[in-house]
Amino acid sequence: MSAPPAAQTSRAPGAAFILKKALISAFVALVLFSLMIGVRTEAGPQGQLIYWTRFGDLAAMVAAVFGGSIIVELLRQWWGPVGTVRIVPPSVQTTLAVARRGIAPVLLVFTFLVPVLFYDERYILDLAILVLTYVMLGWGLNVVVGLAGLLDLGYVAFYAVGAYSYALLATNFGLSFWICLPLAGILAAFWGVLLGFPVLRLRGDYLAIVTLAFGEIIRLVLINWQTLTGGPNGVTGIPRPTLFGIPLTPADDGLAALLGIEFSPTHRIVFLFYIILALALLTNWVTIRLRRLPLGRAWEALREDEVACRALGINTTTTKLTAFATGAMFGGIAGAFFATRQGFISPESFTFHESALVLAIVVLGGMGSQLGVALAALAMIGGFELFRGLDQYRMLVFGMAMVLLMIWRPRGLIGHRAPTVFLKSNQAISSDLVKEGHG
Amino acid sequence: MSGDPILSVDRLSMRFGGIVAVNDLSFDAERRKITALIGPNGAGKTTVFNCITGFYKPTSGAMRLTHDDGHAIQLQRLNDFRIAKLARVARTFQNIRLFPGMTALENLMVAQHNALMRASGLTFLGLIGAPSWRNAEQAAIDLSRTWLDRIGLLDRADDAAGNLPYGDQRRLEIARAMCTQPALLCLDEPAAGLNARESAALSELLLSIRSEEGTSILLIEHDMSVVMEISDHVVVMDYGVKIAEGTPRHIRDDPKVIAAYLGADEEEAIAVMESGT
Repeated sequence: MSAPPAAQTSRAPGAAFILKKALISAFVALVLFSLMIGVRTEAGPQGQLIYWTRFGDLAAMVAAVFGGSIIVELLRQWWGPVGTVRIVPPSVQTTLAVARRGIAPVLLVFTFLVPVLFYDERYILDLAILVLTYVMLGWGLNVVVGLAGLLDLGYVAFYAVGAYSYALLATNFGLSFWICLPLAGILAAFWGVLLGFPVLRLRGDYLAIVTLAFGEIIRLVLINWQTLTGGPNGVTGIPRPTLFGIPLTPADDGLAALLGIEFSPTHRIVFLFYIILALALLTNWVTIRLRRLPLGRAWEALREDEVACRALGINTTTTKLTAFATGAMFGGIAGAFFATRQGFISPESFTFHESALVLAIVVLGGMGSQLGVALAALAMIGGFELFRGLDQYRMLVFGMAMVLLMIWRPRGLIGHRAPTVFLKSNQAISSDLVKEGHG
Repeated sequence: MSGDPILSVDRLSMRFGGIVAVNDLSFDAERRKITALIGPNGAGKTTVFNCITGFYKPTSGAMRLTHDDGHAIQLQRLNDFRIAKLARVARTFQNIRLFPGMTALENLMVAQHNALMRASGLTFLGLIGAPSWRNAEQAAIDLSRTWLDRIGLLDRADDAAGNLPYGDQRRLEIARAMCTQPALLCLDEPAAGLNARESAALSELLLSIRSEEGTSILLIEHDMSVVMEISDHVVVMDYGVKIAEGTPRHIRDDPKVIAAYLGADEEEAIAVMESGT
């Protein structure tokens, strides 16, 4: 991989260009902030409107945007134009390649050790479970968006179907978690196929809108079908998972009593941690496996060129449906886990925000890359918690980090694609050749 | 012409609103022969191709494909991917449609999708890594390797298809179509954009496909050197109708063809047609 040597210099804009760009940004900021920051209004003691101006703050804000815009532009030049590979010495490249290959096993071992390392820190364990749930959701959505190239904005619908499947089956019929887990997956996959049928003809933006609506429909049904779902009150008293029928409770037949150790609520947390870790790894294993099977290869071919797929005799309809169903199944299983972890679910947990978050994880990670999605979930969920100390500026910092990331890595953290089969050498394919799909 | 046609197109018409792209076209493509469909730009050649390969539904007319075992299929009754899957008609495109982000080898593996899907037990056998699936996969890789070798791309098997030079992409697309093990191979301008040396290699490849694989070929081509060299039969179209058909030699001397092909300027037309011999 070598970049054309002229790429660095050919598109280096001059100072005038940077200044012009910064001025435009500053002007936009001025228009935006003049009312948001420049003027402050409040209701007076007699209910009259009082307002005062804060031109100092406004000026500071506009100056910050001006300066920031220059810095971003300079950083961009320093990194080289988007889409070209910076010339790196081969020795550094091989070191990076080794590091890249090593990162997945290291992360895996570390993840296995998390409950050991942080046994006493409940907060970290809870956060780790949350991150792993999103890793699993990301890997599930990755099948639909990353591999098959179908933009799905309603992924949370399947998460909800899985969660409610388990909650209702367990509370109404007393089925155990381990029986409900595959059932939740199957039910979610069924809904995935159901959604798939009408939207198969749609592409791109249209597909995105219909899936978005589907997510909302599921949520509204959950709110309004009070007799079944309990409406906004949700479902309470969802049973916790057991270890081969042994509950993790302080009771006499609990695991702690059987093992003769002192009961601690952390046991259950650690148990949940390993359940979600196993489920996430199962998702990963199945996806990696599927990619090397004709079905997975057809998904990727579909993303690359649907017309060519049809000319090769590939049934694009069933191929798309299987992608939807597979993605939905993993979403449903993750949903069942979510329900058993929370012990309580309500429609509030399944808003569009969740779909957007999972989609952001997939896009940020690099569409189609398993490791990228895992890293993105860690950054999005873990990183978000990291900024908790920043209080109200948390969202701001987070948004800024995402903007910067998209400037430098427009195709996600790991943008290149690994071939599914090779004769001699397994070389990654540069992201600018790989298509994103259009529905 | 008589004999054993693999494809007989019978009174095919295709209208787009008021425009008649193909009008009452009938011709046969012989088994294990190369049939060329030529004509000036806009004559309706690609429309005929799109009808045969199921991308368009013809307004009227019939297209009958007869397999080696005598089984006949009415192509106009199949749609979409079924023509490629059931009738085993493979095609390439005028503007190359490879999977650019996948390697050359992966492109050929995708082409064997239907056979591999069966072998993988609709994915389930493949998921558990059954031995029968592994053998089938190895066989598919071997077939891909054979074709990569035949088109001289064995060394670049693991390169992204989008990174290959133009001529290689053209040949890879033909190899991909051949990996579906077609009865009839439809090539839409396979020599477009190739230099003289690449054109010659292409002619050789097509002749070897005809003689070694026994695949019948239907091709649209503007490069007369290729058409004259390899075709067994030529069908000439203009404004959606057939104006002539016959052997390349016969076509070359047909004044109607010369007139249609290059307008009224007959001398220039003769010069171009002769350059192809």
